[in-house]
Amino acid sequence: MSKPIEHDYIGLSEQPLPSMEKSSDTNDKKNGLRLKDTELRLGLPGSDSPEREDHDQNVLSLKSFVPGAKRGFSDALDGGGKWVFSGGSGGGSEGLFSPRGGGKNNGGNDLSGPDSGLGGPVLKDGAAQKPQVVQEKKSQRVAGSIHGNGITAAPAPTRAQVVGWPPIRSFRKNTMASHPSKNDDDDNAEANLGSECLYVKVSMDGAPYLRKVDLKISGSYKELSSALEKMFSCFTIGQCGSNGVSSRDGLSESRLIDLLHSSEYVLTYEDKDGDWMLVGDVPWEMFTNSCKRLRIMKSTEAIGLAPRAMEKCQNRT
Amino acid sequence: MHKKMAFSFPDEVLEHVFSFIQSDKDRNSVSMVCKSWYEIERYCRRKVFVGNCYAVSPRMVIRRFPEFRSIELKGKPHFADFNLVPDGWGGYVFPWIAEMAGALPWLEEIKLKRMVVTDESLELIAKSFKNFKVLVLSSCEGFSTDGLAAIAATCKNLKELDLRDCEGDDLGWHWLSYFPDTYTSLVSLNISCLGSDEVSFSALERLVGRCTNLRTLRLNRAVPLDKIANILRHAPQLVEFGTGSYTADLRPDIYSDLAGAFSSCKELKSLSGFWDVVPAYLPAIYPVCSKLTSLNLSYATLQSSDLIKLVSHCPNLQRLLVLDYIEDSGLEALASICNDLQELRVFPSDPFGVEPNVSLTEQGLVAVSSGCPKLQSVLYFCRQMSNEALVTIAKNRPNFTRFRLCIIEPTTADYLTLEPLDVGFGAIVQYCKDLQRLSLSGLLTDRVFEYIGTYAKKLEMLSIAFAGDGDLGLHHVLSGCESLRKLEIRDCPFGDKALLANAEKLETMRSLWMSSCAVSFGACKLLGQKMPRLNVEVIDERGPPDSRPESCPVDKLYIYRTLVGPRFDMPPFVWTMEDDPSLQQLSRANLM
Repeated sequence: MSKPIEHDYIGLSEQPLPSMEKSSDTNDKKNGLRLKDTELRLGLPGSDSPEREDHDQNVLSLKSFVPGAKRGFSDALDGGGKWVFSGGSGGGSEGLFSPRGGGKNNGGNDLSGPDSGLGGPVLKDGAAQKPQVVQEKKSQRVAGSIHGNGITAAPAPTRAQVVGWPPIRSFRKNTMASHPSKNDDDDNAEANLGSECLYVKVSMDGAPYLRKVDLKISGSYKELSSALEKMFSCFTIGQCGSNGVSSRDGLSESRLIDLLHSSEYVLTYEDKDGDWMLVGDVPWEMFTNSCKRLRIMKSTEAIGLAPRAMEKCQNRT
Repeated sequence: MHKKMAFSFPDEVLEHVFSFIQSDKDRNSVSMVCKSWYEIERYCRRKVFVGNCYAVSPRMVIRRFPEFRSIELKGKPHFADFNLVPDGWGGYVFPWIAEMAGALPWLEEIKLKRMVVTDESLELIAKSFKNFKVLVLSSCEGFSTDGLAAIAATCKNLKELDLRDCEGDDLGWHWLSYFPDTYTSLVSLNISCLGSDEVSFSALERLVGRCTNLRTLRLNRAVPLDKIANILRHAPQLVEFGTGSYTADLRPDIYSDLAGAFSSCKELKSLSGFWDVVPAYLPAIYPVCSKLTSLNLSYATLQSSDLIKLVSHCPNLQRLLVLDYIEDSGLEALASICNDLQELRVFPSDPFGVEPNVSLTEQGLVAVSSGCPKLQSVLYFCRQMSNEALVTIAKNRPNFTRFRLCIIEPTTADYLTLEPLDVGFGAIVQYCKDLQRLSLSGLLTDRVFEYIGTYAKKLEMLSIAFAGDGDLGLHHVLSGCESLRKLEIRDCPFGDKALLANAEKLETMRSLWMSSCAVSFGACKLLGQKMPRLNVEVIDERGPPDSRPESCPVDKLYIYRTLVGPRFDMPPFVWTMEDDPSLQQLSRANLM
């Protein structure tokens, strides 16, 4: 029996194990698994590696629209206009286990082979801060594990959030969010509140349906804006093409930039009092506590919101 | 002449015989005996079940069964429950309502799951079906209380309005007042999912008061505790009741009022609700506990000791939903008290914390599997598991039909041996020969899939996350699980080979979901081309998949069998892999 293996959370130390490899080979032969004989094959045997580099290029080029987009939203943002698109940093809005969340894969891994040894998608060290934090937490539990990158564990550890995991319905999560565990003392209770997710509906004028966004995953206005942009860019593209038609046929890059340059839309939210306010006027914490839903509004309709927001702020302070 | 007559019954006789056959499977078998039975059966089929609304068109269903009275439709894939399916994906019910409105004026029942139901759809239902009786919306969205008001105002014969786990938009509770004063036929009302802080209590009380056949009433959180007594007094015949917010200042008059009201409910078998529960008010329900068969405490933040006290009053429980505050000690108590328990669901109180906040481990599940001989359905969230425990559980309870285990941290190993949990889950499928549904978690290699492919012959639904080593795992499942209908996979290193090698299997299943796996766009295209009776849908919010190399993995993949080809209501981020490249040009031309 092989010695017990450490499996840290994100599989960084994952090596294809000799024992596992062997057994899968023998299984191959035992079952007479002749995948090669199968009629249906790609014709690109074994050698294909997921072309992550290319993919990242493409993603980055989509993101190059952003400089234009800033103008539409940044007026509403606190601190005015400094809106950096968090492209390569692993992104707050992507879960840890999203393999395409701006992180990079181990280059030469052949994901389709039986010996890839992947228990899950892998993020490189440099990608984001969150994996390191999580690793530290895990080390408290696993014997003899990875130590010492110098990060001290926070008093109430919470994991970076993966979309849809654990598999709990949103209405359960929203219930728990407003009632922290009675078993915990105050410190933990606060931390627990901080770790709950908070889905709010987002509507966009002219879009055929609503989306939902998790405010807890976005840690700041910047991340929220980029998440929304990703979500709704398909609508601005969709306006120019029909279903199923690739963007090559319809929209061109310059067209999208035009739409966003024109500051056609602003981001607003409905607060607990039922008033509509411009996003960005209040500190992030206050915003997440009072935001009930979001609306990407046409700029023409948003006139008159700003003064009300300022009044409210003044009344609060 | 005489010989012929001896072999055939008049149609009416056959119809009468068929009317005793209710199950879809049996009905389908009957219709395949011979042509005349097919014809007779199709005219007298009253209930239709469509497991995937995109597998068939409403017109086809109506053409085959022109006289049905009840339809059940399902839309989005199951993982939509966990926000893995982007909004706008589809599942619109309106086209179905529109077709049925003209052709089936006597339709009585509509049951929908994971579909988008607009107010327009609800209004059309209200307008079109004069004898409409039952509306069940399970995990649906897209409607507001405006649509509900239309139903309330128009459906004179409505018996059941059940909105379980829906996301409705509240524009107020005034919709309840749209039930006319003459309306008295309500039997079941479930509005537990609605939000809204404005509640028209008087409208609710009057409605409850005049509907003397009311059996099921599930209120929402907005209904305060001190209103419940009145409502219960108006409906002492209730069999199923869901409270609202179970909290109030501690006042003896409220308590005695409540306790008295509960005591007068001699038929109560099922309780739910209990949001914001204050333990001091729990004893008010003790009078009804001994008859309870179903108890949903999954919103009740009670400590283990309070839970044990409550459960000890309910020896006849068959179904329990509870938070993990119950802890191992509570489950041990449950195991000794509730010998009739058939279904148990334990939800996590702190799903995102890394350290356990309660003392709930695999031991609780072991205890219940040992003490409850009728236990067949389990959903269990915990933070640690061992192969040893799973083997014990499997041997204790070979009668499991549904086993869903969620170890909260992905790829968690056996905490005793640090090995994968392959052997443990292997024991589950080996001993539980009637297992229909299985959800896996923890650290798992391809070995567990070998076990599943070998033993899980009755398995119909399998959910996999963060597991496996490669294509071999998926191949085991697809080639071995003969009864498999639904397979959903996320974050596993399964790629093209197993999928393509088992392409024909996919036509025997309802659907396959794969997200964050390693299936390339090229493979999807190939599959779409070769299998015309499958819709291969690529869901990718990054942009069109053909803007990336063909070997690039797709983000999400949903494959389902269908008789009607690609659908036309896809949002911009969903692409169907077409049957034939030449057809692709044609269909594009049609769209232009």
